[in-house]
Amino acid sequence: MIEISHVNKWYSPTFQVLTDCTTSVNKGEVVVVCGPSGSGKSTLIKCVNALEPFQSGDISVDGTKVNDPKTDLPKLRSRVGMVFQHFELFPHLKIIENLCLAQQKVLGRSHDKAVAKGMQLLDRVGLNEQAQKFPAQLSGGQQQRVAIARALAMDPIVMLFDEPTSALDPEMVSEVLDVMVDLAREGMTMMVVTHEMGFARKVANRVIFMDRGEIVEDAPKDDFFGKTRSDRAQKFLSKILSH
Amino acid sequence: MFANLDFDVIRRALPYLFYEGMTFTLTLTGLAALGGLIFGTAIALMRLSGFKILGRIAGVYVDFMRSLPLVLVIFWFYFLVPYIGQWLTGASRPISVGAFASSLITFIMFEAAYFSEIMRAGIQSISRGQPAAANALGLTYAQTMRYVVLPQAFRNMLPVLITQTIVLFQDTSLVYVLSITDFLGAASKVAQRDGRLVEMYLFAAVVYFTISSIASFGVRRLQARIAIIR
Ligand SMILES: Nc1ncnc2c1ncn2[C@@H]1O[C@H](COP(=O)(O)OP(=O)(O)O)[C@@H](O)[C@H]1O
Ligand SMILES: [Mg+2]
Repeated sequence: MIEISHVNKWYSPTFQVLTDCTTSVNKGEVVVVCGPSGSGKSTLIKCVNALEPFQSGDISVDGTKVNDPKTDLPKLRSRVGMVFQHFELFPHLKIIENLCLAQQKVLGRSHDKAVAKGMQLLDRVGLNEQAQKFPAQLSGGQQQRVAIARALAMDPIVMLFDEPTSALDPEMVSEVLDVMVDLAREGMTMMVVTHEMGFARKVANRVIFMDRGEIVEDAPKDDFFGKTRSDRAQKFLSKILSH
Repeated sequence: MFANLDFDVIRRALPYLFYEGMTFTLTLTGLAALGGLIFGTAIALMRLSGFKILGRIAGVYVDFMRSLPLVLVIFWFYFLVPYIGQWLTGASRPISVGAFASSLITFIMFEAAYFSEIMRAGIQSISRGQPAAANALGLTYAQTMRYVVLPQAFRNMLPVLITQTIVLFQDTSLVYVLSITDFLGAASKVAQRDGRLVEMYLFAAVVYFTISSIASFGVRRLQARIAIIR
């Protein structure tokens, strides 16, 4: 579903943020990406839907090359759901309008259809009573669940998550993870940047460990937690698991 | 000196002052603010676009407009617009556009320079995550601006935009150089005709002061409300 091969990216001539990154996410797979802050996880995941350009290598999603200038990026992105660390709901729009905007403007759905779909997804994340509120009136956990629903409203073929719980108060983390676990169990293809190793243990097929712009470890979940090979990954794991 | 003032002249001139003068002033203010906002937003988008040349052109335009006295621009434009029109349409003679159209175009062009700076600040006040989220949903650049970025920028900047419009409201009185009958022009004509300069100019000052004060008060209320919502 996602093929990343030999991707190199520089933010400036002297600063290489991604070095020869190669990996893939198959249909129905859940791949967790972890690694120290600043290691390039966000940058890599943003390359997948071309929010960030890269200088060499290839990425394709469902057979479409994202770095091909001829690719219709808005169309490709509309099929790739993305959830951000800071939710990024549109603060000037009501919750239901947040869910309807792209359905109507990008997919061309009618207002009624978009609202019906939006309400169905709000119901799914347990927030249908908040439909008429504005984002600022919701808690962080609720906002992130709305953000997930907003992405799902586009019927994506794959979902990208960039540290979806790291801006949340601890007591709100599980309500978001529960939604994500359900999604994974239903067979959604997911690439998830997170340090929630409990989530990785539960639903991940593979775990990728990044450090200084490189993919240092890319292993099936059981191998990763069983016999982590690299020193760097070992150090990192012991640090976050001790919390 | 106040003993022989005749304030009744104001009462008699009221219909003329307001139906003719104030109507013109408010129409010009409203249309110029609207046009300046649209044109100014376009300039702001040019300056923030990735295209260096576009940004430079917009930047030069803004600096140029802001370094000229408004009254001079009004004056020059009045004489130049017919020739620009002739040049644009290829007509054989200068195109007469009338004082109203000429002054409206002038104010739109002039205000656009100021509104563009306000909108630019407004757009820059929005975190980069917002357009990223919009793009990630498949919205195009134009849709992202139209539905996500500009509405927020406009809301954040509304108090400043209104304040600038109050300044514009006062500045429209400069059309006197074209002998146009705006509110001040109307007051001035009555003043000259009846020899009642003190009364009429006093009254005009009171009217400008009152309208501007009410608008400023509204802005402060609005600012307080926006501060709560954030
Ligand atoms: N737009 C940018 N311009 C320049 N440097 C950036 C930019 N975004 C991120 N970086 C740098 O790139 C590195 C990787 O960032 P990021 O991908 O956000 O890492 P992570 O998500 O793993 O914390 C960091 O050193 C960061 O400071
Ligand atoms: Mg990050």
